Amino acid sequence: MRTAIVDDPIDPAALLREVSRPANGAALLFVGTVRDMSDGRAVDGIDYTAYRPMAERELRAIVMEAGKAFGAHDIVVEHRIGSLLLEDVSVAIAVATPHRAMAYEASRFVIEELKKRVPIWKSERYVTESRRDWRRTPESSAVLSIRSSGEVDVIDARIPGEPK
Amino acid sequence: MTVEVLLFAQYAEALGPSISLEIPADSTVEALIADIRGRASALGRTLPPAALAINQRYARAGDRIHAGDELAVIPPVAGG
Repeated sequence: MRTAIVDDPIDPAALLREVSRPANGAALLFVGTVRDMSDGRAVDGIDYTAYRPMAERELRAIVMEAGKAFGAHDIVVEHRIGSLLLEDVSVAIAVATPHRAMAYEASRFVIEELKKRVPIWKSERYVTESRRDWRRTPESSAVLSIRSSGEVDVIDARIPGEPK
Repeated sequence: MTVEVLLFAQYAEALGPSISLEIPADSTVEALIADIRGRASALGRTLPPAALAINQRYARAGDRIHAGDELAVIPPVAGG
């Protein structure tokens, strides 16, 4: 089991090789890439930033949880930060397990939890606009309020002087 | 007490990569976030609701902040 926030391009095939073991009859590779459209706007690329030490800690926690929940112990996850272009790999998750069901479940769990909890942000660059937008995944606000462990609250305190 | 708070994404764009604040001892997470959002608001920037991480762990709204804690505002995340 290994997790990393990386600056350099991800080699998904290397991750797949890393989880390969004779006991594993199923190996699954999830690869997230930079897409060319976002809500109807043509995207040029994405700049990812992270609160690195916490991102590494959360990612590791998620993979440990997946190991416990699904009995999947051969999991390798890399998330890249920095300036990415279209089709660049932003995240890769390799899972190998004795049987396929555990691999599918563990892989899905890791990507869904990553989107909710890992402190990484993306700013999209657009082809026809100089303005950039910070994106949020639909899952991210949910996470802050209903995280299963109950450890997180959305902090939506009113700003002093702001209309109620 | 004086605390240093790390900022990211929209928060960093509005206020810089970190902010030094004078807060009452035993301030809550909720009050700290409201303070920071208020400062951005005074500059004409509306920032999204955010969580706070204390020593790299998500904190609850009512948790107290102690001198020496590593503090970071976590706006809605967008990894993947």
